[in-house]
This record gives sequence, C-alpha cells and structure tokens, in this order.
Amino acid sequence: MLRIHCPLCGERPYTEFRYGGDAGKHRPVHGAGGIEAWHDHLFLFENAKGPHREFWQHVQGCRQWLIAVRDTATNIVADVALARDARGLDPQGPGGP
Amino acid sequence: MSAGSHRVRAGGRIDRTEPRAFSLDGRRLAGYRGDTLASALLAAGVSVVGRSFKYHRPRGFVTAGVDEPNGLFTLGEGGRAEPNAQGTVVQLTDGLRAASQNAWPSVRFDLGAVNSWIAPVLQAGFYYKTFMGPTRRAWMFYERLIRRAAGLGAARPDPDPDRYDTRYLFTDVLVIGAGPAGLSAALAAGRSGARVLLIEQDGLLGGTLLSDPVTGQTEPWRARLEAELQSLPEVRILRHTTALGAYDGNTVILLTRRDHCAPDPGKGEALQILTSVRARAVIHSTGATERPLVFPDNDRPGVMMASAVRTYLNRYAVACGRHAVVLTNNDSAYTAAFDLAPQIDRVTVVDVRRAIHPALTAKAASLGVEVHAATAVTGVLGRTRVRGVTLTPIDGARSRPAACDLLCVSGGWSPVVHLSSHGGIRPRYQADSAAFVPGSYAPGHFGAGALTGRFSLGEAVQTGWRSGLQAEAECGFERASAGPPAVPEGAAPWDTANHRIEPVWALGGARAGKAFVDFQNDVTIRDLTIAHQEGYESVEHLKRFTTLGMGTDQGKTSNINALAIMAGLRGIELPEAGSTTFRPPFVPARLGALAGRHVGRHFRPVRRSPLHAWHLGHGAQMIEAGPWLRPWYYRWAGETVERAYLEEMRRVRAAVGLSDVSTLGKIDVQGPDAAEFLDRLYVNGFARLPVGKARYGVMLNDAGTILDDGTTTRLAETRYFMTTTTAGAGEVMSWLEFLVQTAWPELRVHVSSVTDEWAGIAVAGPQARAVLERALPGCDVSNEALPHMGCLEIEWDRMPVRLIRLSFSGELAYELYVPADYGTAFWEHLLSSGEPFGIRPYGLEALASLRIEKGHVAGAEVDPRLTLNDLGLGRMARPEKPFIGRELAARPLLDSPERPSLVGLECLESGQRLRGGAILFAASDELKGHGRGYVTSVTWSPTLGKFIALGFYAGGLRHAGEEIVCAFPLYGERVRARITSPVFLDPKGERLHA
Amino acid sequence: MMRYSLPRLVGHALRDRPWPRAWRKATPRSHYDVVIVGGGGHGLATAYYLAANHGIRRVAVLERSYIGSGNVGRNTTLVRSNYMMNGSTQFFEFSLKLWEGLSQALNFNVMLSQRGQIVLGHSPAQMDGLARRGNTMLLNGIEAELLDRGQVQRLLPYLDYSGAARFPIAGGLLQRRAGTVRHDAVAWGYARAADSLGVDILEGCEVSGFLLDAGGVHGVQTSRGRILADRVALAVAGHSSQLAALAGLRLPIESHLLQAFVTEPIKPFVDHVISFGAELFYLSQSDKGGLVFGGHIDGFNSFTQRGQFPKAQGVAQCALALIPGMSRLKLLRHWAGIQDMTPDGGPFICRTPVRNLYFNGGWCYQGFKATPAVGWCLADTIARDEEHPLVRCYGLERFAQGGASLDEYGHGHWTYRH
Repeated sequence: MLRIHCPLCGERPYTEFRYGGDAGKHRPVHGAGGIEAWHDHLFLFENAKGPHREFWQHVQGCRQWLIAVRDTATNIVADVALARDARGLDPQGPGGP
Repeated sequence: MSAGSHRVRAGGRIDRTEPRAFSLDGRRLAGYRGDTLASALLAAGVSVVGRSFKYHRPRGFVTAGVDEPNGLFTLGEGGRAEPNAQGTVVQLTDGLRAASQNAWPSVRFDLGAVNSWIAPVLQAGFYYKTFMGPTRRAWMFYERLIRRAAGLGAARPDPDPDRYDTRYLFTDVLVIGAGPAGLSAALAAGRSGARVLLIEQDGLLGGTLLSDPVTGQTEPWRARLEAELQSLPEVRILRHTTALGAYDGNTVILLTRRDHCAPDPGKGEALQILTSVRARAVIHSTGATERPLVFPDNDRPGVMMASAVRTYLNRYAVACGRHAVVLTNNDSAYTAAFDLAPQIDRVTVVDVRRAIHPALTAKAASLGVEVHAATAVTGVLGRTRVRGVTLTPIDGARSRPAACDLLCVSGGWSPVVHLSSHGGIRPRYQADSAAFVPGSYAPGHFGAGALTGRFSLGEAVQTGWRSGLQAEAECGFERASAGPPAVPEGAAPWDTANHRIEPVWALGGARAGKAFVDFQNDVTIRDLTIAHQEGYESVEHLKRFTTLGMGTDQGKTSNINALAIMAGLRGIELPEAGSTTFRPPFVPARLGALAGRHVGRHFRPVRRSPLHAWHLGHGAQMIEAGPWLRPWYYRWAGETVERAYLEEMRRVRAAVGLSDVSTLGKIDVQGPDAAEFLDRLYVNGFARLPVGKARYGVMLNDAGTILDDGTTTRLAETRYFMTTTTAGAGEVMSWLEFLVQTAWPELRVHVSSVTDEWAGIAVAGPQARAVLERALPGCDVSNEALPHMGCLEIEWDRMPVRLIRLSFSGELAYELYVPADYGTAFWEHLLSSGEPFGIRPYGLEALASLRIEKGHVAGAEVDPRLTLNDLGLGRMARPEKPFIGRELAARPLLDSPERPSLVGLECLESGQRLRGGAILFAASDELKGHGRGYVTSVTWSPTLGKFIALGFYAGGLRHAGEEIVCAFPLYGERVRARITSPVFLDPKGERLHA
Repeated sequence: MMRYSLPRLVGHALRDRPWPRAWRKATPRSHYDVVIVGGGGHGLATAYYLAANHGIRRVAVLERSYIGSGNVGRNTTLVRSNYMMNGSTQFFEFSLKLWEGLSQALNFNVMLSQRGQIVLGHSPAQMDGLARRGNTMLLNGIEAELLDRGQVQRLLPYLDYSGAARFPIAGGLLQRRAGTVRHDAVAWGYARAADSLGVDILEGCEVSGFLLDAGGVHGVQTSRGRILADRVALAVAGHSSQLAALAGLRLPIESHLLQAFVTEPIKPFVDHVISFGAELFYLSQSDKGGLVFGGHIDGFNSFTQRGQFPKAQGVAQCALALIPGMSRLKLLRHWAGIQDMTPDGGPFICRTPVRNLYFNGGWCYQGFKATPAVGWCLADTIARDEEHPLVRCYGLERFAQGGASLDEYGHGHWTYRH
C-alpha cells in the first residue's frame, strides 16, 4: 500500500489522504490572468511518468495540504513537505519552486 | 479400516485415535484428524473426484497442495456452501459435507463427456470461428448452452452467516513460508530480538520436511527449530495463513483460515481473518512446486506428482497405489520411489536421462526398485484409473506396455515466484535448475530456499539464515552470534542444488492427441500448436487464446510447461518466450474476507444528526441522504410519504413546524482577513456584510461552474459562520483549506469545520416568532430587533444559541444553532414552547417541497455542470470584484444566453402530473433528441393546488408564460406545462419579512 | 483471408489441417499513407475502417508490445449506450449498432452478448436522474425501461432486498441491448480483418519520436527504424501524454489506474450487467463463469499497472452490498490498467495543432465500449482531414470554449480526485 510521510503525523497509508493532483504548476494570481492562463493551469498537464510533484491533504490527520514528489512509475515517494513551505522540496521535482 | 483401504498401518501425522466422519455426494466416509479431504478420499480409494472443464474427462488428485487443478468440491450447504474448494487444502473436520462438481449425473458417469467425441472441433479458440449465424443474435442462443457447460461449482444467493475480520499488523521481519529456509530465516532474525512474523499456509511448520517420514532424520531437527521459534518472545507464528499478495510500501496481505476451528459467528468469532502487514523487511521463503510432464493421457486418475505421492505416504499414511511407476527428468523423484518401495508391491523408475547418479541406482537396487534410464512414458492405459503405461526408450526402440496402478511424475520444480513478482519484477530463467526465479527483489525484500532455484536442504538452511541476517540488518538489529542450525546428518547424495534436471517438457511427440498442459482448463499440446500456427504465440496471447493458466489454480502446474513448449514450437530459447504476469491473489480468496465487517448495514458508515435518537423515537421514517440518515417524514402527519409531507407542509404554511438541519456543513472562518477571504471565495461580496447579518452566497470552482451554496453570517468583525450544503460539506472544507494553505498563505485566516459541534434546527411558519418569544423569554425577536437575515448570539439555560433569521421555505423562519450535546434538549424545549401554536416536526420531503414552492435551488439544481447564469443567479456576481471561477465562467460558450436556465413549471393538465427527469420541448417541437431542457424537482403544491416543478429550459425565463411539453416516454407520457417564474409563492417576500 | 465457419472448423478438425496465421508478421515498409501508433482495440479498428471504408490500405499499426496488450485486454468488457449528454448519446449508440454487426463484419466471433444492463437507483433523486437518462435515450431512438423495485427484484432476485441493505434499492434503468463482448477477440478480430485488407501490423515496434517539420508530421522514429507516413494517428491510451509530448503537445489528460476483478468460475448465476447506484461498481458474469467486476479508479496518477489493495477491499464491499451471497465466492485475480482521465470525463477524437497528426484518447472508463465507433470516426477524420460529425463534441479545444458538458454523472471538474 502506498504510504506517505506526513511531516506532522509521520508515515501513514495513502487512504488517510485526499489526492489533490498536479502541484507542478503555478496557480495564476487571484484576479489576474485571463481565460488562457486559467485554462492552461486547470486543463493542461505534464502527466509525468516519473517524478511527479503533487498535492495530498492529510484529511484523516492534521488536515494539512502537502506537496509530495512521487515517482508515478514506481509509487516511491521521494520527498514530502507542507504545501505552505514546499520550498524545501527536492528541486529535481518537475515544475519546482 | 475396511478392505481396499489405501491407508498404511503405521506412520504419518494423522491421529488414528480421532476419527472424522464426512461425506462425498452423500456417501459416508471416514478419515482421521490431520487428514485433508484429499488424503481421506485417497485413503478410501476414491480415484475420480472431478471432471474437467471442457471435455469432462474423469480426473483424480494430482497434487497435495494449493496447486491442485482437479480436486475441487463444493463444501457445506445453504448459506455456508462454498464452491471450488481444493480438497488438497481442506482440513478434514467432523461432519464435513463435500459434493463433486461439473458433472451430471455423477463424476464417475458424466454425460458431459460426449464433448470428448467432438474434441477435435472444440480446439483452442473454436468459438471465435463459429456461432456467428444464421442471425446476428445467434450467439445469444449458443452462449446459453456454453455458459451452462462452463463454470465449475454453483453459487447460492443465501447470505453468508459467517463473520470475517480485517486487521493490521506491523513487524520488523515478515517470513513468508515455514519450510526449512523460512524456519532458518526466522530463527536468524528472531535470535537478534527483531519482531518476526512467520506465516505458513499449512497448519504445521516444516514445508517439505513434513513430507519426510516422521521417523526420519529431519523430524527431530524440524521439531527443535519449531520449539525454539516458539520460545522466542518477539517471534509470532501464524499458521493456516497464506500471503495473498505483495503491494507497495512493503505491505503484504495475509489470509488466515479458521474454518477447521468451526468459529461461532454468534460469539463474534471470525471464519477468516485478512491481515495487512507492514514489514520493514520481507523474506520470501515460498518454496517451489513440482510440475508435471506432458504426454498423452497424462490426466488419467492415478497420474500424480511424485512429491504429492510421497506426501500422501509419509504425512497422511496413504499409499496411492500398489504398483507405482515413477517418471522423472531429475533426481528429486527418487526420494518418492525409495519411500514407496518398502510400503507397496512394486516400484519402477522411468528416467528420461541417460546418465543417472550411481548413488541413486545403487540405492534403487538395494530397495528392489527397477530403473529404466533413457526411457519415457508415452501413453497411459485406463480411463477412470491408471491400469498401465506405455514405455518408450528415448533412442527410438519399440514401445512396450507396463502394468501399474499409479504413475508418479516429476518434471522438475518451479519456484513460487508469485509474491516476489507482484511488485512488477519479472522472473528470470535459471538454466541449470530449469526454473524461473525472482529477477530481483524490491528494496527490503530477500529470497531464500527453493525460491532461489536451489533445491537442497543444506542450501535452504544456508540461504534462509543469510536472508534472516540481511533482514535483521535492514531493521538495524545486532547480528545473532550463533551460526545456522546444522543440517541433519545423512542428507542424501541426490539432494543436490539443482536436482541434476534435464529439462524435458513433453514426451510422445508434439502432435500427440490428448497430452494435457493445463488440466483444469483442458489445454493440450495440440491447442498450443494451433495457437502457434495462428500466431497467438506471445505469452499473453497464448493464455488468452487457449485459456491456459486461467483456471482456479492460475496455472501453477501448467504455465512453465506451456512456455517451454511454445518456445520449442517457435524455435526460440525459453527465456526469450518471456514469462506470464503474476497477479494477486496467490490463492483464490473469499470476497467476504476482503470485505471484512463492511457488509450489510455496515457497508458504509452512517452519519447521524445529534437528534437522531429523538427522530427514531417519535415516528420518523428515515431516508439515506448520502452518508446521512435524515427524517423523511413523520408518522404524525400520515402513514405514507405521499400523505405525510403534504400535511407537514400545510402545518408550516398555516402555523409552524420545525426540522433538523444539523447535517448542513458548518465552517468557522476567523481572522483579520476573513472578510477578504470570503470575498474571494464567493461570487458575491461579504466584506461589507454588517456584523450580525447573514447573506446567501454561491461559490464556483476554478472552472467557473457551481461548487456549492449556503448562508454565511458575520458574527464579528473578524469572524464568520459559514454553512454549506449537506452533500458538499467535506469537499468545500478541503477546498477552503487548500486555498488558505497553498494559494493564499498570505491571508491571515483560519477555517475550522464545526459541523459536528452544532445542532441546527429550523423553525418555520407564521407562528415561528411566537414560538421563539415563548421559548426564549427575555430575547427580543421582534422584526426590528431581528429582521430577515439578521443574527443574534444569545444564551438559553447558560448555553450559547446562534439565532439566525433565514428562510428556506419562504415563511417567517429562523435557524437556531446550539451545541450538539444540547440539541435534543433544545429541540424538545422548542416543541413544548410551540405546543400552543400547533408546532410539529417536518421531514426532508416537506423541506424539499416547501423550497420548490419558493424557487430555492438545491440538490438536483446545484449541479457542477451548471453556471451561475444557468441558476438565474448571474446578478449576484460582482464583476468588478475578483472571485474564484470568474475568469473561466466567462468562456464564450458558457456565457451563451441559449443555455438552459432555471425556470418554474406548472402543470396544465388536470389528472396528470409532472415528473422529475422529464425532457422539455416547445409545443411545436417534434419530440426527438435532447429537447430544450429537463425537469429537476417536482412537487404537488398544496398551497397552489397543482403540480409545480423546477427545471432548466433553453433561453430560460425569456419564455415565461409559454406552454411547453414535458415528455416522459418511459411511461409514454407527454404533459403540457407552462413556464413560470421559479418563485411560485410570495414573490414579494411578504411572508418571510413578516 | 480464410473465412471462419462451422463447416470449415469441422473440416479442419477432421483432416487435422492447420489454420493460417490470423495476421501476418509484417516487416515495416519505408512509407505508409497512414501510421497508427497503438495496437489496441482503437488503433486496430481505425486501421480496419481506413481500409474497409476509405480504401486506404497502405496503413501500419505500430505496437510497442503485442497487440491488445493494453486496456482492450484488461477491461470489464461492457458495452452499452445509455448516455445522457448530447453528443455522447449519439456516439455510443452508433458504437453499439456497430457492435451488433461486428462478428459478421469481421468474420470473427466477438461474442456480443446483449444480456441487458440494469443501473440501480437507491433514492428518489437517483430515480429522477435515471428517468432523465432513460427519457433521453428513448427520445434518441434507444430503448430503455425504468424499473421499480419489484421489477428489479423479479429480474435480479439475488440482490439484497433485506432490511439490512445500507442503500436500499429503489429501482433501476434497463437497457436490454447492452451487454458484454469477449474483449481480446475484438483486438484479434480487427487485426485479422485489417491484415486481410493489406494493413501491416507491426508488433514490438515502439515509437520514440515524430518526424516533424513546418508542414507538420511526416513520419515516426521507431525501435524498428524510421517509418515515413503522410498522416499519423495516436491511439495509445494510458500513455497519451508521453506520446503527445514527443510532438510538443500538452493534453488535458492524466493517467490513472483502474482495477478489475474476477472470481473463480461458477455456474450461471448473474445473467445481466448490473451497476450499483450508491458507488461506482459494475458486475457481470463471463461465459467462462467468473464474475467480472470493477469500481472507481485508484485515485492518483500512476503508471504502475498494479492496484492498491484497499481499493480491492472497497470493491469487494460493493459486491457484497449488492449480492450478499458473493461472500463465499473467491477472488481469482485482480489487475490494473492505465487509463487516460480527463477533466469532464469525455474523450478526444480530433485533429491536433500539428498538421497531419490526429489524436484519440482520454477515454476514461468508456474506451472499450467505444471501440468500433472510435475506429469508424477516427478513420473518417483521418481520411477527410476533418472531424466526423459524431465526434465534433470531442475536440481538444472544448475546455477553452466552455462548450456543452460531457460530464455524464455531474461529478464536476476533476472530482475523481476526491
């Protein structure tokens, strides 16, 4: 079973988390950005086969949103950080900070 | 025992003092404690135990374990009937009732065997080439016949009276399989103090050692290891436990069967337990299974694996025949021959190899075992029981028959690579042992024993020990000081690493008729040949075209032989042919065990409001609303929902009612930037909402379509109390957290779900104020002090009450929120205060109908496919204020005025009704296609005396007043209706402002 | 092509005569009119219809592994046309009509079994939703029947009608023409028929790049060398993003795992296709006797082709919630396929910004049932260089324009994540 190391709660089975998808893109600034920027942000994906920067929320734990770098070909999670301070993440992750 | 019994007088691991009575097809039989169903049947001389899938050929037991392809039975009756149970692994219990399968009228005389006569037509893939006429639907006719012939045992619809548990275990080292390698590994790891979980699918520890004579040299050694393991405090042993699959994160799923203990579900005892184990290190000591050789009529009852015959003899004290021929291509089968020789009349070894180790021939000679080198068995005599074999020298000399009643076969050994392959690691071919072994191991996984393609006892112990040390190192434990347990003296000279195998797969020529590769699915060499000719030669094509390996045994005895034979046909080396993909579970597992206790009413958790018990005690009929159970209607108003909801509505419109709205999502939003946060979130503004006021708001998602709606109240300058829909509560909460934590971390705001903290009660009706005045003396609830959309935070009985004047029904109405634990007390207080005014509770049906009369959107209308304009709420948006979804809501086609938007509908035909799900057409339209819209919510309006509805119609209220058609072709109905404003009642809002 | 028939079958059996290969082991030519990347059901069907409908026979199907190795051989084999959203209703009905004549058209029995599908409803609101679906079907010429609880019970007596059911059955929507198809046979049947019309099927041929210039694509780089082509089409579900990226395209697609499950074979027990209404769950019985079922995707991007066990447990719970007697039946195998997921649950069949490059993908849960219509419409789109009318709603640009929704169940944007 896939396990994710929550920085606050420790390693937990993925069933405690809610998946939040691709975290490799910058969300357009609120109120800025037109249809095109939002379209690209919301609808277009690298869909990497390999390291993938992605959101998970520890819904059955601390409720924190995390950013994990998981290899989608192996399910090995290389790095996890709170989304608030995801700068500490492995810069090799796609679409890094 | 009776005459004709195949039971040997002494020896074995059965307990002759404890007989067990059982039956097969109603025939009463007896065995002993320690028997399996298979050993007891073999002891009783039952040779035909099943019929094959396609040709209905009579079949007997082939193996003594989980690889058994033939001996399948239906066990038990009624709610406990289990089809397709392998007799070789079923522990014999008193009163066990077994029935044979897939035969009519009986397994000994089965009419289905006529299929054998047309066998050449029933070749691999025959059904792809025919049954296509005379009409297009012809297949439906043939399919019925084919379905009836297929399948093995029968399922019964009765619910299962037994219980199943699921649990989680954590360990340092998991050792899978307690053969010599596993015992050695567990000891190495266990002596270091690591937590060790040793699992064994058998009821006894020892693996292949259990097939050695109990009086032999290995038994004291086995018993000593078992005793030491049991003495180690951190070693836990699970017997009757099979590893079903290995998954990500070093998780292994185990199934423990307790069938033999006859657990009592009434006492909460589980029949089976499914365990998810998370281990820091995993040792695979899963052993190997013997594989057959492929030759004509190799499926006759009495043709068995050599190791199985030896197991039946030494473990169960059953001699499977009196005159055995042992056919082999390797050394291992000699052990069976030598163990059999003193116990039965005659043993002959037929060895396809030219060179045989002198130690073997010498020992054979000393036991009177005749050995024919460079000879093959190329035919079997007898139909329901082996009567003899055809011996053919390899060099082409004349064949000759030889009488026997048992043919023991060994085609070599196949390591059980299933679990080590589940993670996607392909097995690799190891030529010197003619076996596929794990290609590699996942991090933290180690292999030992026969799994590694090394078959001697000495190497099992050594590799087991080594993997145990590796595993404990993986877990950071100190290495145990002592060395591996010494292997018993006198290990036979033929007990070699690779059994000196000569990889021969098929005998008797590739085009031989009924030479079976897969027993259960009746796949023959001929079928493989056909698959090859037609180009179905890659492993997966071969399996799918011939159904090879798709039976309940998942090809445990057949896959490697098939691969090798196909490689031969293609003229390529075996490794080039690839290998099959191993899919979990390793053995078939009951769905009940997977489901655990999440069955029946516990399928999914039920959420209950704090008032749940009150509702049940006061005549509420409950209904599922997502995970919630909510009052649908109350019996005070009528016995059926159709009558009750109307009465409840009348009470609200005429006097006053109260309902439980605790299920609404509730979110506390606090912080200096709370106002800015809500302004960004909702399409409408909340920053300028005065303290003590509530406002209805709508949220969009990033894509610009509807996310959720609800009212939010400003309790203080920096504090808001948000409500969401019942269904959307969880998603909205996560979304808010996402925004706060990732998108707008600069905002100083906190959000907390308080759904479970507050009970919510709506009081609605012209007398609502009067009720509150009486219920909350001293609290000014006048129109001036508490106007519509006003809020008061007050106390009742030293308990906080949030009193918000809101109306979903269109009446003068309030929502009151009190701490959940006080919910019932406050509800009862409101009821008693309202008694003089005729207050009564109303349920979900009335709630939903009241809001239709008022034109409030809910449920079916709050649809993420729709936009704000579609709901007629476009004017709520403040375009100058950025809000989530604003940009993409402006996409050209989403903004079109021709999209269907919210309308009211009133029925124009008396005696007819409107229905949800009707499709709307203009009066002049042909009733065809997707129409102009659809109906979402319908109710009979007791206030208006007609059916009214909410729906969506292209162009929306621009068509107000037009007569249209509601088509419901499912019932052959078309009903005329008029498009109206969705607000049917009190459009000026006089009631709610009263 | 040597035709298949019962007399031939008997004749071959009696004389022990071999059958020819179902499709040739072709060697790549240097140039094709059309190269189709992906030898699954969709790619093979497209090749067949290019040859059969448009006379375009210089066609190659490039398959990295063996044909049918992807989702056409991993799905739960359901075919149906009970779609509600404008566009999908017509497309899937067209597909079902093609299924109805497919065995005869291909001279390969794909075993279409129109045993009927029943979608269950568990609340008045769900029944309204089923009514809207059923009415839409009838108004588009597709048969449908709305069943009440009693009617469901007569058809499916083994479901849980007891008081213990967590989500009691309120009724259902029946489409009698829906059913199952022998999935592998679809790939093989199309391959054999396409091959007989001259299409080259190249197995073990992996595409590593596109030959691009200002005029668009004019060939592919493969593990078996460079292959030139006037037009190139992608039909590589699961790896759509990876292939498209080689042509510089980013897609509205994520790859997810969908698991499927089969029990041991049992005698005929379930005669219909049944869909649960409380959660995504569907079940039928194969002709071999196994109960085949599946549920929701695993829920996070993955290319591992192996599922998570908690999902298997959840799906087993759904099975027992529907049919309590299944408790004693044994799970034989579970496996996973990689499927393209899209924001609205709808697919793509269209031209792309790269000239002469055509795209088919994003099929979410519905790729198998769409197979014949995908082949037909994609072939037409390639041949005419313009989208077939039935697939105009399936363009890549629809999210930019905000066109009509294809979201059949109102799950909303990316809701599978939750």
